[in-house]
Amino acid sequence: MNIDWAAFTPWSALAGGALIGLAASVFALVNGRVAGISGLLGSLLQRGAEGRGEKGAFLLGLLLAPLLWGVFTALPEIRFETGSLGLIVAGLLVGIGTRYGSGCTSGHGVCGISRLSPRSLVATLGFMASGFVTVFVLRHLLGA
Amino acid sequence: MNMVRLSAFACGLLFGFGLLLAGMADPAKVLAFLDLAGNWDPSLALVMTGAIGVAALPLSLAQRRAKALLGGAMQLPRRRDLDVRLIGGSLLFGVGWGIAGICPGPAVAILLTGHWQALLFVAAMLAGMLIFTALEGRRGR
Repeated sequence: MNIDWAAFTPWSALAGGALIGLAASVFALVNGRVAGISGLLGSLLQRGAEGRGEKGAFLLGLLLAPLLWGVFTALPEIRFETGSLGLIVAGLLVGIGTRYGSGCTSGHGVCGISRLSPRSLVATLGFMASGFVTVFVLRHLLGA
Repeated sequence: MNMVRLSAFACGLLFGFGLLLAGMADPAKVLAFLDLAGNWDPSLALVMTGAIGVAALPLSLAQRRAKALLGGAMQLPRRRDLDVRLIGGSLLFGVGWGIAGICPGPAVAILLTGHWQALLFVAAMLAGMLIFTALEGRRGR
């Protein structure tokens, strides 16, 4: 393993993580809900799902965050390394997988592990492991 | 203005700022974290650490309450069983995450930043969610 120290950004990572944790904490205590983005999106797509206005308001905030950020300072880099076909396949897998798995990085990885949920712990280990394996196969075995 | 929605909106904004600050909104950085055998960027492990460090106590408190502070029902999940859907779904999600370096939160957060790749990814992701709903609807009938 070779650590890329030049790319390592420990302080902004910790601070950004803390903000994410704060948002998830307030949403749980004040609104009584899990800040799980795939679940919120799933509800929005489902006719007659409960709490759609409230869930939509959270997603609207998330959607507008970079616009408000951009008023005050430059947006951080957003670099894509995947072509159209890859993006489509990845999007489909993320959409189907997070709905079957009842959550993603936010709902399982942050909120679930914070609640010591065994389901979320297993889900997080699962998607981390398959993420590591996928990048290994694509970059080092197939050389994509 | 409805307080419940105002609070939800503020939480979404804060969540988005966190993702942007943390570097999660940069797919190349996410892929560099997932690339253990290459030039590994460990930053995202600290995003998780920071988030869980802050959220652990408030979420365990929330879990013990019957009602949210604004009076709504506490709707945190209660299931503790493991099943094939949970594990299979999470594995599939990880493959998609490893291909593009984008998970659902950052996907929404970068949607309006003017990158066509974000629009394409989100369209495919929503299509995937609709496929799930359609398959579930058939199963439920």
